Amino acid sequence: MEELRFIAGALMVGLGAIGGAIGVGVAYSKYLEGIARQPELQGYLLGQFFIGMALIDALPIISLAFGLIFLFT
Amino acid sequence: MASKELNSSDYIEHHLQNLTFGKCSDGKWRFADGHLNLKENSAHQEHKEYTCEVKEMGFNAIHVDTMFMSLLLGGVVAFFFWSIAKKATAKKPSKLQNVFEYIFDFVRKQVNDTFEPKNNKIIGPLALTTVSWVLVMNLMDLLPVDLFPWIFNGFQSSTEHGPVHFFKVLPVADINAPVGMALGVAVLIHYYSIRNKGLGGFISELTLQPLGKWAIPFNMLVEIPGFYAKQAALALRLYGNLFAGEMIFILIALLYGSMFDSISGAMWGVLGVFLHLVWAIFHLLIIALQAYVFMILTVVFLNQAHQTEH
Repeated sequence: MEELRFIAGALMVGLGAIGGAIGVGVAYSKYLEGIARQPELQGYLLGQFFIGMALIDALPIISLAFGLIFLFT
Repeated sequence: MASKELNSSDYIEHHLQNLTFGKCSDGKWRFADGHLNLKENSAHQEHKEYTCEVKEMGFNAIHVDTMFMSLLLGGVVAFFFWSIAKKATAKKPSKLQNVFEYIFDFVRKQVNDTFEPKNNKIIGPLALTTVSWVLVMNLMDLLPVDLFPWIFNGFQSSTEHGPVHFFKVLPVADINAPVGMALGVAVLIHYYSIRNKGLGGFISELTLQPLGKWAIPFNMLVEIPGFYAKQAALALRLYGNLFAGEMIFILIALLYGSMFDSISGAMWGVLGVFLHLVWAIFHLLIIALQAYVFMILTVVFLNQAHQTEH
């Protein structure tokens, strides 16, 4: 049973990465659409995108951190 | 760095262990076993009748390294701001003064853009303190993972027993520090919510939305977890990002293990230097971004606490 923690850790890292990748992908595509419509807002939109990306990234990163604890300790 | 009989899992576990001071089994407060050996009295150690394991301490444990580093860095930041403010001059500003004025203006612009009520005197200093303190604490992540343990351990490898056996230099990679800061923010959110909306207004905001008074249990089920998840996520976001970054630094540092033993070991070491450089450059973005996000979310939450009509 001890080996199951490797599967658990891998699932945590991998599934978290899927969700985070979809989220950041959607956010970035909307950011590009926004620049295409209004190129003069690019600097402002970049700042907003980074805030959103940090918020989206939080859960996958937390999942990654705990997955790494499972895998390596 | 690591000696031969240690494997990689021991090395990682060693780096995840805080220097702990706590309540031992005889009720007195000491450092945990093996954490601090300033005096070489091993004969005395063997005949003691108490045990002092971290697991037994439970709640009565203080992570000395986290407290020391966070308070030290907070003091350094406060001292720099104080000394710059005292010497500040409009005629011939020094370079350092320009840097601090830039930080100050940046924070003031962000707060003015996000925070609507104008009569609050605490929000500006709070935002400036949060962003500068969290940023400086996050920057500790860029120090080599073995540097401070090595220095505090009397310039020998920290995996061998020395004066200070464990030392984690990054305060925010210990969950207690971010949770402590988020608790401070949570206290302010409750205080301002109750002061601006009244106790009844605060409770009704949590119970009478979104479906009105005939669905109070459902409303509570929706609103209360949402309200507290925001504040918990504030701590977990900072902790998770920095802990994952630190973990990856530690994993890369494993590659240095046999650097001076063989040709292949040296090649792994060179790869480790390259990987450390790449990850550190990427991590610089995360470090600054997380400090900024922590600050802006604190301001946003306090702004929500001030809004009387929903």
